[in-house]
This record gives sequence, structure tokens and C-alpha cells, in this order.
Amino acid sequence: MITEIKVPSVGESISEGVLSKWYKKTGDTVKVNEPLFEVETEKATTEIVAPDAGVLTILTAEGDKVLIGAVVGKINKSTGGASPATSPASVPASSASVSVATEPASSGAVSNPAARHLAEKAGVDLSAIAGSGKGARVLKEDVIAHVESQQKPNAIVPKDVRREVARETRQRMTPIRQRIAERLLHAQQSSAILTTFNEADMSAIMAFRAKYKESFQKKHGVGLGFMSFFVKAVIEGLKAYPAVNARIDNQDIVYHHFYDIGVAVSTEKGLMVPVLRNVDELTFAEIEKKIVELAVKAKENKITVGDLQGGTFTITNGGTFGSMLSTPILNPPQSGILGMHAIQKRAVVVDDQIVIRPMMYIALSYDHRIIDGKEAVSFLVRVKECLENPERIFFSV
Amino acid sequence: MAIESFDVAIIGGGPGGYVAAIRASQLGFKVACIEKRETLGGTCLNVGCIPSKALLESSELFLQASKHFENHGIIVSKPQIDVPAMIARKDKIVKGLGDGISSLFKKNKINRIAGLGKIIASNRIEVTDKTGSKSEIEAKFIIIATGSEPASLPCLPMDGEFVVSSAEALNFKSVPKDLVVVGAGYIGLEMGSVWTRLGSNVQVLEFLPKALPISDSESAALLQRSLEKQGLNFNFDTKVTGGKREGGQIIIECEKAGQKVQFKADKALVCVGRKPNSLGLGIEALGIIVDPRTAQIKVDQFLRTAVPNIYAIGDLVAGPMLAHKAEEEGVAAAENIAGGKTTVNHDTIPSVIYTWPELSSVGKTEEQLKETKVPYKIGKFPFIANSRARTMGETEGMVKILAHEKTDRILGVHIVGPRASDMIAEAVAWVEMQASAEDVARTCHAHPTLSEAFKEAAMAVEKKAIHI
Repeated sequence: MITEIKVPSVGESISEGVLSKWYKKTGDTVKVNEPLFEVETEKATTEIVAPDAGVLTILTAEGDKVLIGAVVGKINKSTGGASPATSPASVPASSASVSVATEPASSGAVSNPAARHLAEKAGVDLSAIAGSGKGARVLKEDVIAHVESQQKPNAIVPKDVRREVARETRQRMTPIRQRIAERLLHAQQSSAILTTFNEADMSAIMAFRAKYKESFQKKHGVGLGFMSFFVKAVIEGLKAYPAVNARIDNQDIVYHHFYDIGVAVSTEKGLMVPVLRNVDELTFAEIEKKIVELAVKAKENKITVGDLQGGTFTITNGGTFGSMLSTPILNPPQSGILGMHAIQKRAVVVDDQIVIRPMMYIALSYDHRIIDGKEAVSFLVRVKECLENPERIFFSV
Repeated sequence: MAIESFDVAIIGGGPGGYVAAIRASQLGFKVACIEKRETLGGTCLNVGCIPSKALLESSELFLQASKHFENHGIIVSKPQIDVPAMIARKDKIVKGLGDGISSLFKKNKINRIAGLGKIIASNRIEVTDKTGSKSEIEAKFIIIATGSEPASLPCLPMDGEFVVSSAEALNFKSVPKDLVVVGAGYIGLEMGSVWTRLGSNVQVLEFLPKALPISDSESAALLQRSLEKQGLNFNFDTKVTGGKREGGQIIIECEKAGQKVQFKADKALVCVGRKPNSLGLGIEALGIIVDPRTAQIKVDQFLRTAVPNIYAIGDLVAGPMLAHKAEEEGVAAAENIAGGKTTVNHDTIPSVIYTWPELSSVGKTEEQLKETKVPYKIGKFPFIANSRARTMGETEGMVKILAHEKTDRILGVHIVGPRASDMIAEAVAWVEMQASAEDVARTCHAHPTLSEAFKEAAMAVEKKAIHI
């Protein structure tokens, strides 16, 4: 018995992706629900598990583009003596055996003779190729196109490049990177982005953290970070200036009466912005837990499309990498994004005295089409006040 | 008398019309076919493909007996020609095939209506029989399949005796000593071949600088050289300006490079193309569009005219004027009337010139690929290197395959050689199946056969032919 391994749906409106990694190889015995491979789409990377137990045959190479529903491999359930002979990869390239013997294994794909020959030579399984000929017949040109598309990602850097250092290398953007590029450019081109700055004295928050660090960790099982304070401070700002939590829809301004805050997370694959839902109803501990949960998911490529959709405002922390100042780009259709930066001890003047304080520059980029400068600046001042005096958050003053 | 009413009425009983009638009947329609001739089969059967092939065969045998038998060690006394017997044999073949179509009509219960059809309303046809009396029928759908007729030269009008069309050239009572053929197209070359073999001195006059202008140039030039060796005389860049009777002969007056030239002949055969029989059908008044330049009827890909229930097929519409193309379109039109979506792919229609050697083609010529800037590779294999051709003593010509440079897809096949007409069938099947040259190269062909030359040409595309 053979079970086909198909690419499952990984989210609404996603029709294709790239098979970015196989965890197993042809001939491996796999268990049900054991992770088999991952599919990278323009929005997220998803792990796919084995639908059945048995011996695996891989039909689609790493780096290949796959459609949702495409068969990328097979699991042979018969045990004991069932050698993975159906795998083309197991036939040595120099094998003198007649190629006809492996044909029936190509799951009935009708093909022309030259297509069969070329597929054999290139080690490609014909059943993995969509035939463009009459009655889905696989033509020589289909195999040529398939082989070319497979070669692209790997063939960029020739192996003997050491002899002569390449002056440049060309690499295909991953779907996620392409999507990021597209969205950022779209944001720049379709809104009037302006950035306003302020700075916050972080002494009070640092004092709170020092004081409650251990008990918070003990009680909630999660550390008390800066982010929960920032999220809460932002909620105060958004409540005071609803336009910052709104979006433009053609001629209309749509005000959101909920607070779903995106938190930018850097991953190997690029920037991701998972969303914390209804943050105004969450406690500090719940916020911290949620952030850790999403960050882990993002790093393990388990973020779903649902985790990324529908935020009303975004917070990004360039300070993690040491940034002092930045002008973040909006995440459309949102109208505001808060940039956090590195905390540095600086000499500041308090009550006409020069004192040392842990300071952070904060930036608000906003869509000037619906947010006036006064609102934007006032929002940021409100955030600053809440950060410098966290008790304001509790009393809403 | 009540007007009889049909589901489908077809005007014209040629290869397009009679095939459409049979297919429509198979699809369950009540069918009428209106034909002005006494016999079915149209130009093709009565005055075209079939009778010309009968004479080509007879004249080829005569040539073999006169010139080539001795190469085989067969000694015969000098063969004689009995032209009336040759013509009678041809007529018998034509009659036999015509009777065959009549019995197919009976079997398929098709109403054959004798007379000239004219569409007087989108669902009504007036038929004038040979006595001149008129009648009418009604039809839900009409297929116009009235074919074409030989085009004439205004400066050299046909008189049926000295200046004739291909139809009369099939019925000469004796071998003309001198024959002028105006036009170096396939009809001129075929008829010129027949009478050259039987002993005529044939002068071919062509306005253009080469023979067979729409064929693959290299293949056409190869055929031309073979025909010249057989005794056909080609006069290119020669413009016919007039003709006059003189005694029992005709003088054809021409201009060549500004000089006046004359050709004296017993007969002049005018083969300057064919024009669609689209006039006098009353169709333009109904809104059917006829191109004033080409006289072709405008149809969509499903062969429907601007009037939705009227279809047109064959020589009347765009594409090569070939019987098998008309047949395909006849089937398509009938199926489309039945609600189908059948189209005819002009790129897979083979064409054959039945000279000896024959020239057959399918797909694009090298000139077309150059013009459209399609990158291509060529594989050629000459029959001189084919063992079967050697045993036949027929070693002239070659197989030429044009394949896409990158995908290796076969784009065109041109065969000059013995039985090229039969060999092209394989090429058409490969092209229809979107094959690559390598597909052919990897397919076993029987030995010794002419078809091996086709396989070798496919191997030659990658410069891997074995026997050359």
C-alpha cells in the first residue's frame, strides 16, 4: 500500500510555496505524525507531518516550488523485504539495467520517449512533473523546464569558485523575503509616513523590574520584561488618540475599538510580526507569556498565517541590536508604529541638576494622511509619560 | 407543395460537404446535401486529386517501363501509350469512388438534392436544378461547402481547347507535343509531370523567381532539380502577357527581364491558383462577411460565419485549399452544430505534391521560422543513404526535420523522396503529439524501410545520425 504525501493547505489564499527542507531522506522509515518536511510560503513556514507510517520516497527536491495539494513524496506501508526500489534515487546512475523496468513506478504518468529518457538521466521522477501535452502527457520540454527550475537555486555558485573569487553572487529571494519587500515598498508608496521622536527615562520601569523580578518569575513562570510596559503604555496612548489605532479604507477612516498589537520578531527567515490580541484586557503576565509563546513559534517556523493577520498597531524594538534611533515603516493598513531603541545611560538635566539616567529614544512613525502632527506628538508624549511613571497606566492618568 | 425542412443542409458535396453530411447524420440530424454536379466528391474526386493521381500513376508506370525496367534486367519491347485507355481507366476509378460516396449517403439516410443551392434567408435555400426549375428547402443550420474553382488570367482567357484549366488537362485525347504550363505551383508541376512522362515537351512559365513559393525553399529547390532532370523546363521571372491562335497551335506571349519571349504550344495549361466559390450564393445580403480581396468567407475558430446558424468550410475559408483540410472542417462544423467545440489545427495539416520524387510537408518551413525568429535546429537525411531507397533505385531527395533549438519540439517536417506522401503520416502524428526530435530518434523503425530515413533525420537534429 502506498500513501501519497500531499502539501496540505497552510492558510487562506495561499496556493503555493517552496519545499524548503526535508527532515527525512528517501528510504527512511517514518512514523505517523512524525515531522517530514517544511513548506515556506510568502507568509509563514509550516511543518508537515507524515500521514502514514512506512518507507519514505521523496519526489520533490528541497528548494522546489510546490502547489498546495501537490504530491511531494510517497510512503510505502508494506513492511518486511519491501525495498525502496520504486525510488529513482536508489537506481545507480551508471546502472546498466534497462530503463523500462522503472517505468510502471511512475504512477501512470503518460510520457513521450525522450521525456522518459531525460528524466532517467536527470534522476527526476516523471510523476512529479505536470505534463503539458495532450492528455497531460509529459513532453521532453516539460522535463527540460523541470530540471532547469531545480538547478536554479543550487547552480548559482559553481563549486570551483575558490580559484577565482566571484565578484558577486545572485540568489533568489525566498517567498517570505519577496513578500516583505513587496509590503514595505507598498507601505512607502501608498501612505504619507512621517516620524516623530521623544525620549523616555527608564529609571522607574527598571526599578519596578528590579523590585518584582523574582516574585513575578515565581508566580507567573515568565520574566518581567520591558515589552509589557511598552504595550500597556501604547494602549494608553491609543485610547487617548484613536486615530493612531485607525486605518484608511478608501474615503473612510475606520476606527478600531479593540487593541491588537503586532510585535516585530526577528527570525532567520526575516522579520515577522505576530499579533497580540485584545491586549487591553490582558495582564502584564499574560502579555509577557504571549510574547514568549509567539517568539518561540516564530523561531521554530510554526507561526501560522492567523498569528500574523489583523493587527491595529505595531511595536518594533531595534534596541535589541543596539539601534539608537530609527524611523520604522508602517505595516499597512495600520497607521502607526512605535520604535523602541537601546537604553543608554546619559547625562540629563533633572531639576537643574545634571544626573545620569537610563534613557531610551522612542519613535512614532505615522500615516500623516489621518494623523495630524499634534495628535502624533501628543500620543508619543502620553507613551513617554506612562513609561516614566508606570503608575499612570494603572490609574489612567 | 409543403417545403421540406431539415436540421442541417449542406451546399456542396465535395470532400468537405459530403463528410460534413455523414458526420451530421451520425450525430442524429436530418441532413440534406445540395450538389450541382451529377456526381458527389467535388473537385477532388471529379477533376482534382483522384483523377490526377490516376494519371500520375499510369504515366509513372509508363516511364518505368520505358526507361527504368532495363536497370532491373527486365527487357521489354518499346512500350506504347494508349491515351484514351489511360483516361478511361481514370474515369472508371473516379466513378467507382463516386458511387461509393452515393452508397454512404444512402447508408446514412442523407437527402441528396441535385441542383445549385442559393441561400435566400438564414434558414432557407433555393435550389435550381439543371432544367432551370426552382424549389426551396428549410434548414435550421446551413454549412456552405461550395469549394473553389481554377483562377484564370485575364490576358489569357480559357477556351477549353487550347487554353485550359487542370480539369481539361485530365482529359487530353492525345499527348500534346508541346505543352505550356502557366504557374509552377503543385498542380502545374503534377500535370506537367504527367505529360512530360508521356512524351510532351513541357515549358513551365512562372512569374516568381522560384517554384512552389510557399513550400520550404530548400526542399522545393531539390524537387525542382529532380524535375528538370526528368525534362521539365522551368522559366522563372516570366510574365505571361497574352496568347494568340496560329494554325492548330497557340503562341503564348511573355515578358522576361524586359524582353519579349514567345512559346509555341499545342496546349496551354493555366494553373495560377484557385479562387473560392463564394459569389452568387446570396450570402452577403444575410450579413456573412466575404473578404473582397481573397473571396474567403470570414468564420470564427468554430467555422461559424457572422450569421450564427450558418457555417462555412474548406476552400471557402482561410487555410490551405486541401481536401483533407476540408474534411476535418466538415467534421468540426457538424460537431459544433451539435454543441461541440471542435477546432482544426492548421499547423498539423500535411500537404503533398505528387510529383516523383514526391514532396510532403507538415508544420513550419525554415523560412517561416526565420521570419518569426523561432530558434531552430535542422536534421537532414538523404535517401541515397537509405537501404530501402537503394533497393528501389529511388535515391533522390531527403528528409528534413526542423526542431526547436531549446525544447527539441518538432516544428516542421519536409520530405522530398519516394513515397513521401505516405511517409508524412508519421510526421503528422508526431507533430500532433507534440513530440521532440529525440522522441522519434528513440523510437524503433523497421528495417529496411524508407521510414528509417525519417528516424535518421531526427537523430541528425543532434548530429547523431548513424548511417551518414
